[in-house]
Amino acid sequence: MHILVLLKMVPDVVEDLEIADGGRTLDLDYLRMILSESDDHALEQALLLKERHGAKLTVLALDAPEVDDALFTAAAKGADRVLKVTGLDAGCTTRLAAHVFAQVAAAQPGVMPADLVLTGVQAIDDLDGLVAPLVADELRLPYLGIITGISTDPSGKIVRAIKEFPAGVRGEFEVRLPAVLGIQAAERPPRYVPVAKVRAASKSVRIECIPAPLPAGDGCPAVNVVQMKRNEPAGHAEMLEGAPEQVSGRLCAILAERGLF
Amino acid sequence: MSACPVSLETLPQSPEGKEILTCLQCGVCAGTCPYGEVMDYPPRRMIAMMRAGMLEKVFTSDGLLACVACYACMAKCPRGIRLTEILLPLMKEQTLAHLPELPGELQKALQNTLRYGNPMGEPSRKRAAWVKTAGVPIRIFAEDRRPADALWFVECYTSYYPRGQDNCRATAKLFHRLGVDFAILGNEEKCAGECGRLTWEPGLFETLMDYNMAVFQKYQFNRVVTSCPHAHNAFKNRYPALGFNWGLEHVTPFLAKYLDVLKPLLTRKLPYTVTYHDSCCLGRQNEFYEAPRQLLRLIPGVKLIEMVHNSVNSICCGGGGGGMWLDTYFKAKGYERLSERRVTEAVATGADVLAVSCPYEVSRFEDALKVLGYDKRMIVRDVTELLAEAMEE
Repeated sequence: MHILVLLKMVPDVVEDLEIADGGRTLDLDYLRMILSESDDHALEQALLLKERHGAKLTVLALDAPEVDDALFTAAAKGADRVLKVTGLDAGCTTRLAAHVFAQVAAAQPGVMPADLVLTGVQAIDDLDGLVAPLVADELRLPYLGIITGISTDPSGKIVRAIKEFPAGVRGEFEVRLPAVLGIQAAERPPRYVPVAKVRAASKSVRIECIPAPLPAGDGCPAVNVVQMKRNEPAGHAEMLEGAPEQVSGRLCAILAERGLF
Repeated sequence: MSACPVSLETLPQSPEGKEILTCLQCGVCAGTCPYGEVMDYPPRRMIAMMRAGMLEKVFTSDGLLACVACYACMAKCPRGIRLTEILLPLMKEQTLAHLPELPGELQKALQNTLRYGNPMGEPSRKRAAWVKTAGVPIRIFAEDRRPADALWFVECYTSYYPRGQDNCRATAKLFHRLGVDFAILGNEEKCAGECGRLTWEPGLFETLMDYNMAVFQKYQFNRVVTSCPHAHNAFKNRYPALGFNWGLEHVTPFLAKYLDVLKPLLTRKLPYTVTYHDSCCLGRQNEFYEAPRQLLRLIPGVKLIEMVHNSVNSICCGGGGGGMWLDTYFKAKGYERLSERRVTEAVATGADVLAVSCPYEVSRFEDALKVLGYDKRMIVRDVTELLAEAMEE
């Protein structure tokens, strides 16, 4: 089995986000980027499948600050081949990201055919979860998303995928390969890899750099950002302090003032 | 560069390994270990397994995760074998590598330390945010590169944790009143990494060590003064391999050098009965037993009393060697929390203040006091906080 995992870096929201001059993008010079959480789960799911059934694991990422760390970490965890697409403007649209993934995967020797293409079902800059289905569409492959577990049959031509539905309902689907699956969560949390192994991978593993293909169509996105703004607080919490009697008295007064009893 | 050139494979042939093999098998290490009773292979048995060439069997148990790197076995060993320095970290590394899954809390702390330079996962760009609340000017080297006598290495819990920041504000106030010429690294600082090394993560430690040494070399100062005994330990014992050759002090013994200057500044009487908890790194590892007590005795009104286990016999707070991020794991195993064992002993003295010198201990002991319902009877204060309080008008 050959598994291709697609990785994307997203803004790290632990650090502050700043809006750039002009108000239409984040300040990319100030951003720190981190591997999208559900892509990390896609990688973990691929590693679990490789451990169980044996597989060749290829990882393809879009270039972004700190992406090399993510790729060396993937290699240290067990990826056999790591590639990144260079020359893209940071913060490219979801449609362009999907197009680039599909074009590079199809054109780069040895990347396709892959039996399984796994990627995160969603990212903080792709809350609609469009990358995976758009990749599937361009590659003319079936797609199934919101997956939380995968097992393969002995032939290796069919996988059983667990898909989550609302209200705690789970469905089990048979998917004929090749296919694209959008991973919501791997069967176990992404593993830890010792930093020494990542440091060793950074010395021994070569990241293959692939120039980005030209954008499809006229290159103009159908949706443009008009303005980005910080949320403006509309109210605030009032913390009641003092002795319990004072706090309870004040609480009763507030409830009475607002007609709640 | 490797901070510890000895591996488990080369250990038996190394001078450190040969020293371990002189073990008398007296069992004092296992007896003094605060978690010795939960380990399938406490230090004595581990050495016996090493002699028998059966170390692999030790990795089949996760008991060694309970090693909180408290240096008790090392301090008590009649042969002076430095178990906490070499064998235990190497064994712990392998124990964790053999686990099917790293305990989640610990994994997150290690990942956060690598990415953000602190185990809590707080923004690296807000490390110096506490400075705005210091109440006194704090010079940050990146903004003012003039040489300083002391580089104050603040460390993680003191920079981010709200009660740790109380320690920072107190230290800043003391430094100013004493006229110490100091600067901090601000957002350039990252964890010194000591718990990475003693947890199991030598690669993480080396990464942090490389980073911090590169930052140190950008500025001119004579000594490093740190608020964290764990950082002190790393700088003293590991960083010299990379050329760390500045003077080194922990804040508490550093302040104890100013007793004569401090005394007239401590004008406010504090009516506290205080018992002092010796931090493992500051106490057993570096033998700073008297300095914190000298400072506490200097405070007008303070009555200092001792716990049964004090100085070299102090009981660990349970935070070292990664224990800080294994509370959930230990609880699931049914282990007693060492911080709860320690505050029970502290409360039994009748003291109303538990004084500490390590930023880990504030959160651990305050939490333990709340869990056991003692939080109305006892408060936790860093020695610096008590000194600063005694300086208030």
